[in-house]
Amino acid sequence: MAEVQFDAQAVTDAVNDGIAKIENASTSEELKAIKSGVITALTQASKAIGSLPVDQKKDAGKLMGKLRADFGRAFGAKETQVKADEEAKALAAETVDMTLPVDRKPLGARHPISRVIEDIEDFFTSMGWQISAGPEVETEWYNFDALNFGPDHPARQMQDTFYVKGNQAKDAAGFVGSNMVVRTQTSSDQVRALITRGVPLYIASPGRVFRTDELDATHTPVFHQCEALAVDKHLTMADLKGVLDKLAVAMFGPEAKTRLRPSYFPFTEPSAELDLWFPDKKGGPGWLEWGGCGMVNPNVLKSAGIDPDVYTGFAFGVGVERTLLLRHDINDMHDLVEGDVRFSEQFVMGE
Amino acid sequence: MPMIDIDWLKDHVEVPEDLTYEQLAKDLVKVGLEEEEIHSSQVTGPIVVGYVVDATPEPQKNGKIINWCHVDVGPEYNETDEHGNKVPRGIICGAPNMAAGEKVVVTLPGAVLPGDFKIEPRKTYGHISNGMCASERELGLGDNHDGIILLRNYGFTPEEYDALKPGDDAMHLLHLDQPLLEINITPDRGYAFSYRGVAREYHHSTGAAYVDPAVELNAKAPVVAGDPNVTPDIEVSIEDDNPIHGVPGCDRYYARAVRGFDPAAHTPNWMRRRLVRAGMRSISLAVDVTNYVMLDLGQPMHAYDMDKIEGPIVVRRAREGEQLTTLDGKNHDLSTEDLLITDSPNGDRGSRILGIAGVMGGLYGEVTADTKNILLEAAHFDQVTIARSARRHKIPSEASRRFERGVDSQLQPAAAQMAAELLSRYGDGEPSMHPTDVNNVVFRRPIHFKASEVARVAGLDVDVNRISDILTDIGCRVAGGGNGEFSVTAPSWRPDLNEACDLVEEVARLVGYDEIPVTVPPAPVNGAVGLTPEQRHRREVANELAEYGMVEALSYPFIGDEEFKEFGYDVDATKRVSVEITNPLAGNRPYLRRDILPTLAGTVQLNLRRGLENISLYEIGHVYLWDPNAPAIPALPGGVKPTDEQLAALDAGLPEQPMHVAGILTGLAENSGWLGGKRTVDWSDAVEAVRRIGERLGADLTFDQPAAADVPAQWHPGRTARVMAGDTFVGLVGELHPHIDKALGFPEHSAAFELDLDALFATLDGKPVQAKPISTFPPVKQDLAFTVPTTVSAAQLEDVIREAAGDALESIELFDVFTGDQIGEGLKSLAFAVVFRAPDKTLTAEDSEAIRKAIVDKAAGIGAQLRA
Repeated sequence: MAEVQFDAQAVTDAVNDGIAKIENASTSEELKAIKSGVITALTQASKAIGSLPVDQKKDAGKLMGKLRADFGRAFGAKETQVKADEEAKALAAETVDMTLPVDRKPLGARHPISRVIEDIEDFFTSMGWQISAGPEVETEWYNFDALNFGPDHPARQMQDTFYVKGNQAKDAAGFVGSNMVVRTQTSSDQVRALITRGVPLYIASPGRVFRTDELDATHTPVFHQCEALAVDKHLTMADLKGVLDKLAVAMFGPEAKTRLRPSYFPFTEPSAELDLWFPDKKGGPGWLEWGGCGMVNPNVLKSAGIDPDVYTGFAFGVGVERTLLLRHDINDMHDLVEGDVRFSEQFVMGE
Repeated sequence: MPMIDIDWLKDHVEVPEDLTYEQLAKDLVKVGLEEEEIHSSQVTGPIVVGYVVDATPEPQKNGKIINWCHVDVGPEYNETDEHGNKVPRGIICGAPNMAAGEKVVVTLPGAVLPGDFKIEPRKTYGHISNGMCASERELGLGDNHDGIILLRNYGFTPEEYDALKPGDDAMHLLHLDQPLLEINITPDRGYAFSYRGVAREYHHSTGAAYVDPAVELNAKAPVVAGDPNVTPDIEVSIEDDNPIHGVPGCDRYYARAVRGFDPAAHTPNWMRRRLVRAGMRSISLAVDVTNYVMLDLGQPMHAYDMDKIEGPIVVRRAREGEQLTTLDGKNHDLSTEDLLITDSPNGDRGSRILGIAGVMGGLYGEVTADTKNILLEAAHFDQVTIARSARRHKIPSEASRRFERGVDSQLQPAAAQMAAELLSRYGDGEPSMHPTDVNNVVFRRPIHFKASEVARVAGLDVDVNRISDILTDIGCRVAGGGNGEFSVTAPSWRPDLNEACDLVEEVARLVGYDEIPVTVPPAPVNGAVGLTPEQRHRREVANELAEYGMVEALSYPFIGDEEFKEFGYDVDATKRVSVEITNPLAGNRPYLRRDILPTLAGTVQLNLRRGLENISLYEIGHVYLWDPNAPAIPALPGGVKPTDEQLAALDAGLPEQPMHVAGILTGLAENSGWLGGKRTVDWSDAVEAVRRIGERLGADLTFDQPAAADVPAQWHPGRTARVMAGDTFVGLVGELHPHIDKALGFPEHSAAFELDLDALFATLDGKPVQAKPISTFPPVKQDLAFTVPTTVSAAQLEDVIREAAGDALESIELFDVFTGDQIGEGLKSLAFAVVFRAPDKTLTAEDSEAIRKAIVDKAAGIGAQLRA
């Protein structure tokens, strides 16, 4: 192959032509083709420099350096711009409607009754108390006798008890049965806990209880209570009031508080009805019935073999459904007990 | 529960002129008498007194006779005739007792009676009736609808009756415009079942002046001196040969005669009105007086026709086989625990039953419209005896309600005195001065009371003198006190005050619970902290299933034949091992569930019936496993700790009640909407739920698939597995049997699971996870496809691979399951992606080949061939 002559003008034209084309290029492909043409021209010219006389080589080299630099500047800037444009276009093509509903792995829901029980448990464990539980089908002794409801106590009749069928046992009044009931109150766990755990004792016992009330807007035969029991030396009704106030705040917010009204329960003396000051009550803040409470009756302590002259205790029970009805403005008990998913789904994982 | 009428209350305690029922309710609730309801007036006026000017009988075609009357209702309400003169109103009245000259109660146009009955002028029987003459029932005063109210019979004195003028406000006359406060009485406060008791409590609440009416009445009652020359009204003998708990059924029987009574005498208007407002019917003066005294003082009384009674009266227990027809016409087989009032005809002592003591009288011996000589009974009966008889015979009477809560044992002479005075004043009877009083009331033991108990129990700092004053004010006799210790004798009307703690309550409630300070006890020093592992695990399971997409439900545990059948249980066999309720709410669901699934299925059905789809529910709760051979549970007394043997016997008779979790999945398992992913539920969704529970708990759950014949009837024979935690069976998972889906109305292939959480949690050791070091050497990844007989499960083959690969196996994943002609009859292909990695070096080709060979050799042992 014959030697190619170094043609300064030609290579300068080729590079300038390339630079001019760059201005008009709009894709990477075009740029690539232009670059390839220019590189070819530059490479050929470089090779031709070898055959130039020595005195011309220096100038030729200078020229080549300048042309390369000129082209590089023009190309680099354009390449950055074109790539950015192309990326922007590609991303624009991938744009979606981010408001489309997406529910690939839908959450289910907890039942608010279970959740509020957990909240109550957390309240008590945060105070260092323990959570206890007794059986739902319970002996009459734990549900009644041990709690100072004697076999002929009028209150034993007023509890609307579900009795368990049986024909082997006789109760103290001579009535034949099973001596078992479906527990009417979580208080049935008081003496169990005292006997199995001993004193000092600080427990809360949430769970299911049963009464023979037909389901209507305000009653349900199966409902939930949380019993609290503390037995120790030096406990007084003042401690009862303090724990109740704290529980009220935990359940109903910082404005909530409690009030006691004289009442009667066989297993407490003194006894009180527990009223809640409910800031969000419909029609303005006010007092609402929330539960029952009192100082543990000495006979209950004696049922567990504990000396009432040394130990005192307090106990209270609050209704879980009642708590929910108040807090969430639920107007019909049916919604709370039926298990319609639309009800629980409102609460999702919390309440 | 009792109705409180301010008009009556002020007989015993001073009340402010302007006392409202709302304020009364507040005052009473402060001391523990809870408001049930304030019953507001049910009628609006105008309702006025009318004078019947004329009444013209007009026979009708239907045989009825109606009266066309003109009734003077006073100038304000009378009609105006065409000359502008006021004239009596024309009113049609069908009542048989309508007659000219009567004073009646006229409801005028604009009045509204109970039941939203609006009075308007109306055309009837050819006249315009411009108002209505009312009966008791129409005004809500009682159930009498035999005729209209004739004010003549309403117990007014002649002067009062004369003073009634046409146009007078009859609303106020009959207290129709007055509300009533209904209160709840707790079982310890029997004495508050009387105006005497409520008035005392009002005094305790407000400090208003109170006078105990029993004091003056007892003072006026004749002294029973036991003078042998005086013959008492009747001989009475208490002969209790079967006392309950050693307590005699009757410890006081007081009888007093009232002779020469006018049987035609009417109950005075004020008494009649008060009785009606208290919810009782007015029957006759003699009966009304006994009821009135009961409501006023709290002493239930009985009035006998003295001429029919033959002494002695014997108070005794019933004998085997005796029967009695009570006043309400019901026949009762008597129990030897029933206490009876009997008399002695023909000298046959105690042979004729007059009634069940304190509960209800019999048909013989009652006062009637002819009774001239009355024998009043005021007795004190044992609470337990009366409570059991009332319960046994299902007669909760006004009398038994009071006796079973405890009646004042010193009230009997006062009550008889009050009744005698009323019968004398309004019925011209002459009270005897020689009543009979058999009084065996035992003196009550004084309570030893340390004043410091108030502070120790109630946390109240109350001065010793104030404590003494409060106890005295509630009627106690308080002695001692010098060293801060009292001897306190409770008043006879407070049988509930027996222990020091009872007195603490009295002091605390009268000082006011609001005065008790507020403190918080410190956290106990000893004992565990936080939730137990089981309590934590329960939450983990509940949260996991909700996060998996299921919704928590809480179904009632009641179940019956229909559910047993629908759910494929052997009905009879299941009943034998189910807890049965004696008094179920729904007679067709008397049992408690043994599994959660059948009752949870009801909740799924409820959702489906409401048009909801893709229902997936879970429930955590207890099931109840009746053991027909469990020992009988003993009846033990309270207040004493049972022995260890007795405690064991209590628990031994109780059914097992493990905690279960169950879930039912129906409809679509996946439904990502516009994204297009839709898949219906099948067995794998239930398995996934169980697997997630296992992972959440750190339990090593495996699935053991029984032969079709061994699958329970509720489950799909080919799509059900036993869930195992190690060697422990913890439950079942799979698809419901198509028969069950059909019976319940569930979509085909609905899936379910039920696990015994107590059993599952017991397999968890609760120890902290011991972490393995993480290898940073490169992995070797291989795919291994085997042909195996269809009888070999994927889990079996996986186990073999794991075992053969040993520690070098990092992970194994089944990525393909395949059957078909290429594989051959009775065979399937299972393909696993496995990853090997050594903890301490890079595995060489020789290393991985050795592992692969070990796997292939071992797999051949269960009939698995590596596919080329």
